[in-house]
Amino acid sequence: MAYLITLLILIPVVGAIALYVGRPGSPRGVALVFNGLSLFYSLMAWQKFDATAPGLQLLERHTWIPSIGAEYIVGIDGLSLLLVLLTSLIFPFAFSAQKLERGACALLLVMQAALYGTFTAQNFVLWFLFYEMSLVPAFLLIKIYGGENRDYAAVKFFLYTFLGSVAMLLAFLGIYFAKGTFDFVKLAELGKSGLVGGNARWFVFGAIFLGLAVKVPVFPFHTWLPDAYQTAPTGVSMVLTGALSKMGVYGFIRLLVPLFPNEIKIAGPWILTLVVCSIVWAPFAAWAQRDLKRMVAYLSINHLGYCLLGLFAITAGPTPASIDRHAALSGVFLQIFNHGITAAALFYFVGLLEQRRGSRGINDFGGLMQCTPLLCGWMSVAMFSSLGLPGLNGFIGEFLIFKGSFAVAAGFTAIAVVGLLFTAITFMRAMQSLFSGPISESCAGFPDLLLGEKFVVVPVTLLMFAIGLNPQFIFNTFNATVAHMARLFS
Amino acid sequence: MIAWTIYLTFAGAVIVLLLPRAFARWIALLAATAGFVVTLVTFFRPDVDLGHFTTVVRVPWIPALGMNYHLALDGISLTLILVTGLAAISAILFSWDVSERAKEFFFWLLLVVGGSYGVFLSADLFLLFLFYELVIVPKYFLIAIFGSTNKEYGAMKLTLYSFFGGALVFLGVIAAYVAGGSFDINQLSQFQFPSQLQWWAFPVLFLGFAVLAGIWPLHTWAPTGHVAAPTAGSMLLAGIVMKLGAYAALRVAMNLFPEGFRMWRTTFAVLAVIGIVYAAAVALRQRDLKFVIGYSSVSHMGFVLLGLTTANVFGVSGAVLQMFSHGVIGALLFAVAGTMIYRRTHTRDLDALAAMNLRRALPFAAFTFVVASAASMGIPGFSGFAAEITILIGVWKAYPAAVWVVGAGMVLVAAFTLRALKRSFFDDGLGSAALSAAAPGLSAGKISESSRDGRAALAPITVPEKVGAALLMFATVAVGFYPKILLDRIQPAVEAMRFLR
Amino acid sequence: MSVRPGPQPLNLFVSYLDLLKLASPEAIIVLIALAVLTIGLTGDRSRTFPGIVAVVGIVIAIWTTMRLPQHANLFGGMLVISPLNSLFKIVCLALALATVPLAVSEKSMRNPGEYLAMLLLGTVGLLLLVGSEELLMIFIGLEVLGLSLYVMAAFDKTDARSAEAGLKYFLFGSTASAFTLFGISLVYGISGTTALNVIGLKLAMGSIPPLFAVGIVMTLIGFAFKIAAAPFHLWAPDVYQGAPIPSAAFIASGSKVAAFVVLGKIVLVGFAPAHGNAAWHSMLPGWSPILAALAALSILLGNFVALAQTNVRRLLAYSAVAHAGYTLLGLVAGGREGFSATLFYTTIYALTLIGAFAVVGIVKRETGGDDFQNFAGLASRSPFSAACMSVFMLSLAGLPPLAGFFGKFYLFSAAFRAGGNHGLLWLVVVALFGSFVSLYYYLNVLKAIFVDKNASETRHSSPGTHRFVANATIAVLAASVVLLGVLPDALAEAIAKSVP
Repeated sequence: MAYLITLLILIPVVGAIALYVGRPGSPRGVALVFNGLSLFYSLMAWQKFDATAPGLQLLERHTWIPSIGAEYIVGIDGLSLLLVLLTSLIFPFAFSAQKLERGACALLLVMQAALYGTFTAQNFVLWFLFYEMSLVPAFLLIKIYGGENRDYAAVKFFLYTFLGSVAMLLAFLGIYFAKGTFDFVKLAELGKSGLVGGNARWFVFGAIFLGLAVKVPVFPFHTWLPDAYQTAPTGVSMVLTGALSKMGVYGFIRLLVPLFPNEIKIAGPWILTLVVCSIVWAPFAAWAQRDLKRMVAYLSINHLGYCLLGLFAITAGPTPASIDRHAALSGVFLQIFNHGITAAALFYFVGLLEQRRGSRGINDFGGLMQCTPLLCGWMSVAMFSSLGLPGLNGFIGEFLIFKGSFAVAAGFTAIAVVGLLFTAITFMRAMQSLFSGPISESCAGFPDLLLGEKFVVVPVTLLMFAIGLNPQFIFNTFNATVAHMARLFS
Repeated sequence: MIAWTIYLTFAGAVIVLLLPRAFARWIALLAATAGFVVTLVTFFRPDVDLGHFTTVVRVPWIPALGMNYHLALDGISLTLILVTGLAAISAILFSWDVSERAKEFFFWLLLVVGGSYGVFLSADLFLLFLFYELVIVPKYFLIAIFGSTNKEYGAMKLTLYSFFGGALVFLGVIAAYVAGGSFDINQLSQFQFPSQLQWWAFPVLFLGFAVLAGIWPLHTWAPTGHVAAPTAGSMLLAGIVMKLGAYAALRVAMNLFPEGFRMWRTTFAVLAVIGIVYAAAVALRQRDLKFVIGYSSVSHMGFVLLGLTTANVFGVSGAVLQMFSHGVIGALLFAVAGTMIYRRTHTRDLDALAAMNLRRALPFAAFTFVVASAASMGIPGFSGFAAEITILIGVWKAYPAAVWVVGAGMVLVAAFTLRALKRSFFDDGLGSAALSAAAPGLSAGKISESSRDGRAALAPITVPEKVGAALLMFATVAVGFYPKILLDRIQPAVEAMRFLR
Repeated sequence: MSVRPGPQPLNLFVSYLDLLKLASPEAIIVLIALAVLTIGLTGDRSRTFPGIVAVVGIVIAIWTTMRLPQHANLFGGMLVISPLNSLFKIVCLALALATVPLAVSEKSMRNPGEYLAMLLLGTVGLLLLVGSEELLMIFIGLEVLGLSLYVMAAFDKTDARSAEAGLKYFLFGSTASAFTLFGISLVYGISGTTALNVIGLKLAMGSIPPLFAVGIVMTLIGFAFKIAAAPFHLWAPDVYQGAPIPSAAFIASGSKVAAFVVLGKIVLVGFAPAHGNAAWHSMLPGWSPILAALAALSILLGNFVALAQTNVRRLLAYSAVAHAGYTLLGLVAGGREGFSATLFYTTIYALTLIGAFAVVGIVKRETGGDDFQNFAGLASRSPFSAACMSVFMLSLAGLPPLAGFFGKFYLFSAAFRAGGNHGLLWLVVVALFGSFVSLYYYLNVLKAIFVDKNASETRHSSPGTHRFVANATIAVLAASVVLLGVLPDALAEAIAKSVP
């Protein structure tokens, strides 16, 4: 299969076109079929992937716009593969969360294609094409199919992200002007000796940081996120948090850190400060929310903060020991995957509650344990996973990150642990007010998990346990890559 | 071969006048399509030398003064001829329902198109200027007779601005002719004009052409003109006419007076940057959909001018690509605003449109507008992006500081495009209170009725409209994904220009 | 022009038969004028027959002009035959020819025979003017022309405005003649001769006495009246508006062409040494700065005042002032190229203006007026006249592919080239600015025709034949304006070759 990755990118596009043109009776069913195909091919890519080799694999390279150095070049390493797999998992999960209109299904599929592209493209222009290609569908999904306040949220989301993208684009054009290439691998090699000279390098660095920080998001660029996640339909929120937010983290790992090793050394403490702010401040904010979705959204900021903490802790300060680097990076990778699954699951459960109650205020519910024990049980699993209970997936990633970071950035890491605490408090309070206490009248007639919902919940939860108990099968996919990157970052 | 684009179009114009009215639109379409086919054939022929401005036809014309009927072709001309053909065909398709004075309408329309072909192909300065001025009057009639809102004012303003630019160009052309002793552009571009002449002749010539390209602060004709014009008129204005200015500024002003260009380029770059940001900021405050698009045209043409002033291969090639791209996108935006929306709802007021729930009523229009908006914002995968990054690489090289200002401009462009998109198609939440204040002519009851039952109230999008829109969308996506097809033809031609050496 | 040194004895020993042969065009026109007059007096009030006679006569005159020898000089320049003079005799005859159908189709004309006779006598004046290179003869030509034109302007006895036009034209015209005559007498008094080439030679030998300068200024003022250059244009609006339409057309075309030809010869041959310099940074006294000032003033004043007009004929009058200004540019530039440009421009201008007046005539006959509102909706009433009018208007505005565009290009490039180091740039800029302003009012006319709704009702429709004659004239003129725009070489080369 020489064109495996291209195929992977094209399948959702074909699906979207089929939905737009064909007007099928059950758009969700069609979308799920195409998701199945995507999943199949990503598993195939996993199977083809040689986990022991560090470099890019399944490479495809074609000339595209030679005059500006743009090439069609896609390939995967461990990180890319991880994210491709994540994407393939999140989308069927999201589609099964609720019934969506034909247009929404088509847009989601376009977004899926964009995500595959983003995670596999190895040339900036191509990468940026996919990166932006996800933006318009996301905007429309929020704008058209969103709930209350969708106007404001959609425009805010789009403009924030677009601002970041433009800044990043301009910076990359500057780099191209200086170095004459858009190729990630080549740029990473050139990055050690500095890409842009003089003070311009700070503009360039700042612009790229801004672009990615908005996408993740990092405090104080995060304000679009709660609005967007809150108003988007459940399925879209799941995709946004599960897959889309990973684009930012991926960008940090793939672009910013390799390209600007020297700048990060200098700017590292400032970045770490922002990251720790995200980690600590987000749970506080989450705690203050009355809307469940908003709460989960803020916690999402917190969890992505851990990823960045690990990443910048090992690159910003003095070079840490190899084992710490390795641990932190592995933790970051795993956390990326975990957060995708867990956060999506949380949104899924909130969606289930919303479907039953018609609202999602934290005070609208009470005593759910009595009428819907199964739902509460499975939801608790997701919550525990999110706050990092050992035995579930969340724990391993966070543990590795803290372990690695503590060695080099003890102060920042120590403060960050406070965030962990507040996350726990927030979840506990949520559980308490939702599940326990006297049953609220409006919740009395709730049905428990339906059969279809069980079909969705069980595999996801199993996956959480699987990673939590035996993370090795995930580690195996990216061990070589982590080792390679850890060397690269020193 | 390519010269037939001119002849076919003018012949079409004459035949339209001669035959009965029922045939007018078919003949116009036929003429435009024939021209486009000729262009395509030339485009894909491997034996055409596009690297140099190669003579196609050369016949002595006014030997007493040294004028020749001299046509030539290179990659830059060919790119612009291609977009002219695209815009012409789709403009005709979008005026399929013109019934009043149809013969005149298509006559004027074809004159604009034919004149534009002439400008893009002329290799004789006098001939170029002749075609350039030839386009002015048909524009006036197209707008003044067939236009809408404030049409006479808009038409007159546009014509006077064009003619003002024309007067400046006139002066520059005479200066070049008298000093260089020839009208042959290729010959003049090898001639060493004295510095003092270049110092004043370049800005005169460049500014004269740039008026038509909507350079700030001489851009004010563009929004009013676009608003006043009928759909086809706005499409041609945005798609072709604004390109005439930019093309001629490149082909004549910069090519002939490289030294003057170097002296003045920073000044014009500043104007271009101001134009990009200013027009985008103004567009953010407009209530009329066509005004928004009109200002967006100015902003996009600012990119073209900025690209030209960078004086390097990237910037200039990008500018040419942006001419193509904006030609397609601008035409598409105006097609949606003018025909798909205005002809059906009789309003372009964003507040009034917001209450109509047009997304349900006109799904195809919504789709088209989303594509056009995305292209206009410079989302990758559409032609606008390919052009803008090429320009911006050039700008990095020439004016690194300008890059950031332009970046702010791009965000503003996204902001107003989103606003327009949101208000026109995706704003079903707005109450009718704002509406009755906004559009007193339409009673609120009528609107809510039409928004409830949108499909029944508004005529569906017709087949010619769909074909026209599809053509333009295909062009922007095709070039967006594979800009090489144009860049390969543009770049050698740009590299051959003297000011780069 | 043969230039011989020293004062030249009058060569009186010329065979009268030769003289008649050389002056045959003039003679033929005079005869035809008398014939037409006779036809008119014998009581035949039909307009067609005298018209046919006049047309035939003019065509014969054109034919004989073509048969004239290349060069001849009689009586020390009183009658000079040269390619240039012959060419412009033909042009003048052609203009008269184009005016005849206008007169014939003019319904209100009471005595067509007499009118045509005046027209033909005026044409004789034109031929004398064009064919002479001697001041006295020029003056006689001017007077012959002038007297006919005064009568023609006042010809419509039923219309008070026509009478006013006639009187005004007469008063201004005679004042101008007085100026010219005074100037000529001063020139003669100092140089001792009236032959242009001899004056030129005399002047070249020494410095220019102040009194001679006064003579030059006086002569120029006289001609400035004739070509309606500001500030001597005051008669033009009333005459253009008030006079019968054929008269106005003839005044605006034929008389102007001849005046420019003669003015050019006077300044470029007679006053050549007193050229001066009109360049911005090196202004030198002489006639060229005076003409440059006249030109600039005419362009600005004519165009700006025209903006405010609501009557098409008045508008044409002010635009005529502006066009006189453009045309002067070529003379200011001087040299062969400048003169050729001036001659080309004035010729195509005359053609265009007759055409425009012809359309005005049609509109006036149909709606009873010639204001903008009478033109409203012309495009739907009569698409043909509307199309032709747009050709004329756009040519006047200088838009391609019409003759006016090339004419302006020719003129401005000549002016730009002249005066060393682009000294006349200022004048070119003024002219370009003027033509930019002018587009507005020309477009306003077209707007009335094409855009405005049909406001006035059609009152009369002229009988078929007259309508046909008028339309045919317009068609021919419009076609020639287009042709001279697309292929200007035909005329431009002829002029350029004939200018010595």
